[in-house]
Amino acid sequence: MTDAASRIRETNAANDVVLYMKGTKTMPQCGFSSRVAGVLNYMGVQYRDVDVLADDAIRQGIKDFSDWPTIPQLYVKGEFVGGCDIITEMTLSGELDELFDKSGVAFDKDAAEKIRQANG
Amino acid sequence: MSVSEDIRTRLEQAFGPTRLEVVDDSERHRGHAGYREGGESHFNVIIRAQSFDGLSRVARHRAVHDALGADLVGRIHALSLDIGV
Repeated sequence: MTDAASRIRETNAANDVVLYMKGTKTMPQCGFSSRVAGVLNYMGVQYRDVDVLADDAIRQGIKDFSDWPTIPQLYVKGEFVGGCDIITEMTLSGELDELFDKSGVAFDKDAAEKIRQANG
Repeated sequence: MSVSEDIRTRLEQAFGPTRLEVVDDSERHRGHAGYREGGESHFNVIIRAQSFDGLSRVARHRAVHDALGADLVGRIHALSLDIGV
């Protein structure tokens, strides 16, 4: 296993929810990363943000690790969930709520409902 | 062949879609990271095909990534996919 892959594995093992993104949760550097971080922030989810722009090995390494060519990438309980399109769809369909419930990840259900109402 | 024609051709060959829209959305990203003069950097794709039936969201996206190929995906800065049956 490469150094990047083992670091990714450790990060995913140590955090229930990890978002690999461009920029940080408070200062995203890309619209797609911003959208996913915005959803998690609004839903009050505790998550670890990993800024791939700050680490070239992780920037390429996470694409290889997930077999997924784009950033952002969301992991829940060590499982790859998807990128911006998938997280957006799952937020609006309620599947993200179900995944968090099933995984024991706390979040604000009312906030999730507000996102759906505003985008329904 | 333009990038959008290339995307369209590869997806048509791979999936025989019942609906396919390839929109060059680059102008909306003018000034953002990855923008290139002349566009062809940001794409929105809507695709509907029977072959996606029964696949998870992640599997559907991976099938599209594979059909486009790493070379083409690598040339596109951003690709937004709306995939369904």
